[in-house]
Amino acid sequence: MRAKRRARDEWIHWARKKPTQALTSLVGLFLIVYLLLPVWHWAVTDANFLGSDRSACVGGGACWVFVRERFHQFLFGFYPADAYWRPLLTVAIGALSIGLLFVSRLGVLRLLIFVALPFIAWLILEGSLLGLPPVATDQWGGLLLTLIISVTGIAVSLPLGIFLALGRRSRLPLIRWLSVAFIELWRGVPLITVLFMASVMLPFFMPLGVEVDKLLRVLIGVTLFTSAYMAEVVRGGLQSIAKGQYEAAAALNLTSFQTMRLVILPQALRKVIPGIVNTFIGLFKDTSLVLIVGMFDLLGMVQTASTDPEWLGYSLEGYIFAGAMFWIFCFAMSRYSLRLERQLAYSSVERKQLT
Amino acid sequence: MKSFWLGMCGLLSFSSLSVARADTLGEVKKRGFLKCGVSQGLAGFSAPDKGGLWQGIDVDLCRAVAAAVLGDATKVKYSPLSAKERLTALQSGEIDVLSRNTTWTFQRDTQLGVDFAGVIYYDGQGFMVPKKLGVKAAKELGGASVCVQLGTTTELNLADFFRSQNLTYKLVTFEKNDEVVAAYDAGRCDVISADRSGLFADRSAKLKKPDDHVILPEIISKEPLGPVVRHGDNRWGDIVRWSLYALLEAEELKVDSKNIEANKKSNNPAIRRLLGVEGELGKNLGLNTNWAASIIQQVGNYQQIFDRNLGKDSPLKIERGQNALWNAGGLHYPMPFR
Repeated sequence: MRAKRRARDEWIHWARKKPTQALTSLVGLFLIVYLLLPVWHWAVTDANFLGSDRSACVGGGACWVFVRERFHQFLFGFYPADAYWRPLLTVAIGALSIGLLFVSRLGVLRLLIFVALPFIAWLILEGSLLGLPPVATDQWGGLLLTLIISVTGIAVSLPLGIFLALGRRSRLPLIRWLSVAFIELWRGVPLITVLFMASVMLPFFMPLGVEVDKLLRVLIGVTLFTSAYMAEVVRGGLQSIAKGQYEAAAALNLTSFQTMRLVILPQALRKVIPGIVNTFIGLFKDTSLVLIVGMFDLLGMVQTASTDPEWLGYSLEGYIFAGAMFWIFCFAMSRYSLRLERQLAYSSVERKQLT
Repeated sequence: MKSFWLGMCGLLSFSSLSVARADTLGEVKKRGFLKCGVSQGLAGFSAPDKGGLWQGIDVDLCRAVAAAVLGDATKVKYSPLSAKERLTALQSGEIDVLSRNTTWTFQRDTQLGVDFAGVIYYDGQGFMVPKKLGVKAAKELGGASVCVQLGTTTELNLADFFRSQNLTYKLVTFEKNDEVVAAYDAGRCDVISADRSGLFADRSAKLKKPDDHVILPEIISKEPLGPVVRHGDNRWGDIVRWSLYALLEAEELKVDSKNIEANKKSNNPAIRRLLGVEGELGKNLGLNTNWAASIIQQVGNYQQIFDRNLGKDSPLKIERGQNALWNAGGLHYPMPFR
């Protein structure tokens, strides 16, 4: 009670001292409430939550019935309903391995688990190698597909990007030129072109009867594309390491592999965590582009579901849902990166600068 | 250099479609299912329902072809395609038939290595106005502000129409169709112009008071939508074309999925030929004699397809209009089955 009163006193004190600031704050507050009130009415008080078809949506409010009715499609796409336990199991394994990222005792091992994740996911979801009824990849969709593409892209592009960045700074001309050519080629084309090439043009060049799975083609395209960006981010980190570090490592008689692994990379990667996570978040959002090649990620699924004559006119609700999901995942990623930076910070002063 | 690579691509695509893919019918029979390209979601034409099954008039054409060729309308694998990749997917052999609200134009028919097998839906650009405006014909729209979607042929057709009528108008453009409809509903323009199928859908599903709006009778552009096959495989083109005609012929003969059994005993020779009770129509296509009967039994006739996807039994409530049969004032005219 006393604390509350003291806080109120502080407010009054501040308002007396700076009346213009207090006034603008009040006006601002009023404007926010005034503008957000209709949104609140639309989304909550006037909205419809119950029912099973469009007749349930009366009045001017939002029709969340649409999102509820198609929730399973938004999450799993056209994956057969009696096999939903498989994507759920996959996500659980994924969550577990992400949880393992927080266990610092495991060291490099946790990264290996992360790299293995796409293959485990494929085994469970496709199923034929485990003796489960096979589910073709064109039935995977919704949030599941978004996660598959982004997690695979993230897990594979980071190691690949590090190799490319090292290759670009290599003293061997052949390796250097190859790395430069690879990076500049993939950075020079838009992702849409890559996807289009992978899905539409590649079949022209393949012999008749040979069909590489479309999802696999897209995954390879996305991964190579992202690794080119990743390489440049990592190179930025490598370049910021002073020459003295190399010399110190040489003085300790470390081999060049040891120098990289023990001295240079730990420092370089630590410096570019924001850049790496930036690339990941960009990739996560770019996955929506797969709609261009006929795959339905979360956003694509929402768009497609809202063209069902049964639900015409309720696309806004779907878009809001998709936006919220994207935000949750991207926000979680950026929080994790902050945590990682804090964990790896040298001093408490540096730690304090991170919010 | 650029032209060299383009040439290589063209050569590759050309050789693959003229030599290797000449026998689509055999491939489909061997594979056991039809690969059909549809849209990524267009109300009434192709859209997935709650259970993830594709529904719509374009989807029903795929099912009809599967019923004719394989005897089972469910043996279809749908490939949802974007507008950009639809024709390339057909050329590369990723799909056997493209049934994706594609307008039949000179350019596409002659330059892109594809053939149109017919018209399943006659669309065209039209106008919708609020009833209270009292407009009865498009000629009375002089000086009106018109809401349209940005960067489509809609905009060009509109300019042509108003110029030919010596009328002035004010353009209000939006990026997305949903925005166009919302702006019109909020009274930011007097008229909305788009393809008529879309206008009907917008009116019944997106406007607050559908009954307060009227779609004018004028049609200012031609948008014949139909199934597409690869150029060069004429046998396969025949099959798709006559599967479509079978739907229309069945409506003309008033044979539908419910009365087909009774009609097999009919004395009408046209019905007997269509259903394969007499004659060898199916054999000439390389199919079974009951090919058309399978279509009608499993998919229905054109009227049934239209009503459940676009017409009175759907939320869209599109009128038959140009899509009625030729003997009912429309444009659909199945060629004679004999």
